[in-house]
Amino acid sequence: MTSLWTQVEPLLAHVTKPARYIGGELGAQQPEHGPGVVSWLLLYPDTYEVGLPNQGLQILYELLNERPDAAAERSYAPWVDMEAAMRSAGVPLFSLEGHRPAAEFDVIAFNLSAELVYTNVLNLIDLAGLPVHAEERTDEDAVVIVGGHCAFNPEPLADFIDCAVLGDGEEVVGELNDVLATFRRPDGGWTDRQALLRALAQVPGVYVPSCYDVSYDETSGRLAAITPRFPETPERVEKRTIADLGAWPYPKQQLVPLIEVVHDRLNVELFRGCTRGCRFCQAGMITRPVRERPAEQVRTMVRSGLDRTGYDEVALTSLSSADYSGIEPTVTSIIDDPSCSGQVSVSLPSLRVDAFTVGTAAQIQRVRRTGLTFAPEGGTWRMRQVINKLIREEDLYAAVDAAFSQGWKRVKLYFLIGLPTETDEDTLGIVRLASRCVEIGRRYHKGVTVTASVGGFVPKVQTPFQWFGQNTIEELTRKVHLLRDAARPVRGLTIRWHDPKASAAEGISSRGDRRIGAVIEHVWRHGGTFQEWSEYFDLALWTAALEAHGMSLEDVAYRHRGEDDVLPWDHLSAGLHRDFLWQDWKDALAEHGLEDCRWTPCYDCGACTGFGVEHVVASAVPPAGGSQGTGQDLSTGGQVPVRFLAAAPSGAAPAAPGGTAVTLAAEGSA
Amino acid sequence: MRIRFRFAKVGKLRFTGQRDVARMWERAFRRASLPLAYTEGFSPRPQLSFGLALPTGAESLAEYLDVVLDDSRAETASVDLEALPDLLGPLLPDGIVIEEAVVAEGRIGSLQEHITSCSWTMRLAGVSRPELHELIDAMLRADNVLIERERKGKKVIDDLRPSVLGLAMVDTVVDQEIDPSGRTVGIMAELATQPRGVRPGELVAGLAAMATQRDEASQPMDDGSAEGHPNGLPVLDRACRTHQWIERDGLREEPLRRRDDPAGRATYALERAL
Ligand code: SF4
Repeated sequence: MTSLWTQVEPLLAHVTKPARYIGGELGAQQPEHGPGVVSWLLLYPDTYEVGLPNQGLQILYELLNERPDAAAERSYAPWVDMEAAMRSAGVPLFSLEGHRPAAEFDVIAFNLSAELVYTNVLNLIDLAGLPVHAEERTDEDAVVIVGGHCAFNPEPLADFIDCAVLGDGEEVVGELNDVLATFRRPDGGWTDRQALLRALAQVPGVYVPSCYDVSYDETSGRLAAITPRFPETPERVEKRTIADLGAWPYPKQQLVPLIEVVHDRLNVELFRGCTRGCRFCQAGMITRPVRERPAEQVRTMVRSGLDRTGYDEVALTSLSSADYSGIEPTVTSIIDDPSCSGQVSVSLPSLRVDAFTVGTAAQIQRVRRTGLTFAPEGGTWRMRQVINKLIREEDLYAAVDAAFSQGWKRVKLYFLIGLPTETDEDTLGIVRLASRCVEIGRRYHKGVTVTASVGGFVPKVQTPFQWFGQNTIEELTRKVHLLRDAARPVRGLTIRWHDPKASAAEGISSRGDRRIGAVIEHVWRHGGTFQEWSEYFDLALWTAALEAHGMSLEDVAYRHRGEDDVLPWDHLSAGLHRDFLWQDWKDALAEHGLEDCRWTPCYDCGACTGFGVEHVVASAVPPAGGSQGTGQDLSTGGQVPVRFLAAAPSGAAPAAPGGTAVTLAAEGSA
Repeated sequence: MRIRFRFAKVGKLRFTGQRDVARMWERAFRRASLPLAYTEGFSPRPQLSFGLALPTGAESLAEYLDVVLDDSRAETASVDLEALPDLLGPLLPDGIVIEEAVVAEGRIGSLQEHITSCSWTMRLAGVSRPELHELIDAMLRADNVLIERERKGKKVIDDLRPSVLGLAMVDTVVDQEIDPSGRTVGIMAELATQPRGVRPGELVAGLAAMATQRDEASQPMDDGSAEGHPNGLPVLDRACRTHQWIERDGLREEPLRRRDDPAGRATYALERAL
């Protein structure tokens, strides 16, 4: 393979942050390419600083490079100044490890974590020198694969990608490599691209859009069916789930960048999955069941990671880290580890809203008490029952009280607006809650500030809210103004909001069907890259593109879907039964909340029961504070398929409040 | 205890900034478990101080770093200075090369304040040797060399001339290999750092200003457009800092010399950097 470095180097004198393009991170590999080796270019379609920390991409990078028959390098979206320099100098997209031209790789694989980056995906395919349309690619062209959360509705990208991979990537990436290797010619290129794609479509968890026909209803124009074109192609693609996180202690060599990036610290994943059941949360729904990493492995990964990287901060990551069953002893043992000499700080990126959690936070942030963040999401108890974020007002106040009394002076609260059934009373409840928090803080310090950060809700696929028509830009803007006006007289309270226009644009791709591809392409061809970045986001591009292709925001984003609607992702499964999601949607409308299924009877959502996997937890005792600290009745355990980790943490898990200990029967063969 | 390091920053790493280099050192110190002293307060940081900031994109053969170890810890006394470069070297990214490490005695002042000038080698593109010769001559003869530069976000006009202590072309054959057309030339410069440092790019802007003056003098009817430069303008291609100097009582010395400092090091440096 060739190196483009001598052509890249002269460009770097004239661009911002040139070190984005040099590679050389600790942990970066120089894999060997060769005749029997499938080469992968792993791409994150946003800037280096945003993309480098992505753990999913780093895990695949290591797993592939461990194989003798695979070689993986990385690249990120060049910033607009670099892209212009590259295009005018005729330099194509390149990898950071060997500065190799992207077109020389066999596979170009994207991690997709947000919809607004789709135009960057097209741009990168183009910058790589590949035909943007999948159907125009030949035996000589790379295969384009996408994975990540957005892969659960890949239809808007169906024209541009060769396949989408659903769920955990650890196992399936090897299976993909096996298939690719069979079709790879020793001189690069494929023996038969069409046959390769058909073979890939048979790998569980892999969806190949070109192997499916799409039909539309002649009168309504709505989607009628998506059906396999070949007898061997599955009608429905199920996501992949790794049963045991402990078997995958990755990344082992987390990349340490030369320049500052977001989340610039050691990251160790505590567990995957979440059973809180927040109905707006796609991440929580599509990653079930809960699979905890053994506490001992967490400690080892933290210790060896800090030693290897020299970082002084470690984040224990997951969707709700305080719910890890061994959280307290784990955190304590990291802080008290003598090799950390008291200079290591631990962060839990997702705090639960209760005083217990604040106690843990106080323990780990002994020195840097800057700000604490909580996410009540809804302004009233009614609203929070609809979205199933079962935080009582007193839990929030107790948490905030604990925070202010222990030295924090800034609290940030996350809320959503534009939720199903939301009334103005619910919206204004946000200001009411936040103002109370300011009052509580005043008891401890004069200068406390509370920031309420408000996002416009965009319904996501594979959640109970996938049928909900999202609020219009006008409606979201009206609610933002309501909040702004109500908050104005409150000293110490700041409202920040996400641009309602961006929520609308996100909604186009979030639940769109294959026809949205033309819209994305239109926006890209009119210069609309980096749409995640407010300085480049332009709603006018999106509305013009919709109009040019006979579509509208009303139909694509604002329309409520019904039970009988064929959804563009119905043939793809995150393990959740459609019936369960529909029932949960009706429960939401009835303001009926569901408790965490780890400690209460199973609701048969499908994630565990249908697939022979189960929750894997380290402790039989629910974390102190209970479910969101609500004092949820925990005495009803016993029916959840749970497997206990063999090596439970040695330190006794904290007792549940009121001394309620629950014994859960382990089921299954484990 | 304060330790002073002398190191080089070369290769691809030149595209990282000063803050990035600081973080690379911090991580290396922690990986080596050196007993660093931390600042007091809410955000304790290790106490690192560098010499004059090196512009992003420039290489250097003479970077300095002072770091304070915690005297209250027993390990501090047993730190082996001789072994430090070999211990830390592999923990730093490719392109950072430790050359010396000494205990900085109390009388050594802060690096930032005491550096009075820096020597540089640079490679300029877009000019031939005779053209550049003329521009250097013009600059050295000029009473002032005005360039526009940014200070605290505002554009100001500054006179470079007092800061240009020395300027000459380098006699080396490297040029021909890099650019057979002969329009790439090496120069050496010594630039004062007080009251305000001059960056390599600013020196080249000064040379470009000389070219503009020359063209205006020879073509009085010129409309000032860029095409008005029949001989083209010099463009900075590469820059490498070879020395940082402290001048005291008329004597010029480095904050920390390389033990085996060879004569003609600047020329060697240029070739290496190119
Ligand atoms: S199958 Fe039951 S226990 Fe498993 S995630 Fe779904 S509701 Fe919870």
